[in-house]
Amino acid sequence: MGAQLRIYRRRMRSVKATKKITKAMELISASRIVKAQQRVSASSPYATELTRAVTAVASFSNTNHPLTTPHENPKRAAVLVITADRGMAGAYSNASIKEGDQLIALLKERGLDVSAYLVGRKAVNFYRFRSRTIANSWTGFSDNPTYAHAKEISDSLISAFLADSSVELSGVDELHIVYTQFKSMMTQTPEAVRMLPLEVVETEVPSGLLPMYEFEPNAGEVLSALLPRYVEARVFNAMLQSAASEHAARRRAMKSATDNADELIKSLTRLANAARQAEITQEISEIVGGADALASASAGSE
Amino acid sequence: MSDNLTVEVVSPEKRVWSGEATMVSARTLEGDLGILPNHAPLLGVLVDGLVSIKGVDGEKLDFQINGGFISVSKNRVSILGESATE
Repeated sequence: MGAQLRIYRRRMRSVKATKKITKAMELISASRIVKAQQRVSASSPYATELTRAVTAVASFSNTNHPLTTPHENPKRAAVLVITADRGMAGAYSNASIKEGDQLIALLKERGLDVSAYLVGRKAVNFYRFRSRTIANSWTGFSDNPTYAHAKEISDSLISAFLADSSVELSGVDELHIVYTQFKSMMTQTPEAVRMLPLEVVETEVPSGLLPMYEFEPNAGEVLSALLPRYVEARVFNAMLQSAASEHAARRRAMKSATDNADELIKSLTRLANAARQAEITQEISEIVGGADALASASAGSE
Repeated sequence: MSDNLTVEVVSPEKRVWSGEATMVSARTLEGDLGILPNHAPLLGVLVDGLVSIKGVDGEKLDFQINGGFISVSKNRVSILGESATE
């Protein structure tokens, strides 16, 4: 076998092996998107009920809670950026980090210091490589977050929010979240939202008037029990949507990798065939040439 | 007026249970609480512990609720917990 042909065959083998891997990853991600989507919808009854309850308390009592009161003179803002732990998901993590950078630039224009809270190894590596300071980070569960993770993150964020920013360095006056919204199988967009101070947004306006609730033990205490839960549920929802987006982005990236591998194999096959034919042609002409030479040599000697 | 309560037990990860019931008893910060049909609208913070639901066919279900609260309005009872297990 000629050298050229051998090289083509070797490259084809390696591309085929890569294709097997990307194909497998594509299929795995495809099945996980469905699961992740189901988790998003499974978490919605809780979020809806919680929103209803918070709206009810907020509209029936004018209790002020630290989590809903804007700071008069905000000094520092926290930004929570949710990214993936692993790569191979196209621009998914980068899009989220970039959205976060835009938000940070915006906050700095307003004269705020920014402390970064990161979820996912990709964001951590990005920040570490550029030696930016990280206030806190969590890794290892980006593709399958549980409520316990969301709670851990929210606890840390809420305690930073409740700390006095003028006294403590870790205290923040605002909290923003950057996550990737899962709009559909094909569209996921990075999204920045302000989380704290809290504005209770009622997504679906309940029909009719809310009933006059009795509160146990009282409106203030119900509110202070509800609000942290509400923040947790919002963070959890952002994490679930990001996880679904991550799988969707990975599936798309792996699909195009598989397609490209197919394309590459096709063109390599053509090149290998041409090389093989060229080799055969050359061999034939060598044989014919050799025979001719032999014939003319023996003809001359006679 | 309907005679039964529509009860939902929800945790952040999923809806744990939902169905009809004749009575729900739970313990809030102020003490034990029994809810029968046509109870006044209520929002209460639950202490960690068991919430029991008496179903329409007389069966009794217990749920361990941690970090939860209960909301009652128009014969709809929602029990939300950070963790809810049967």
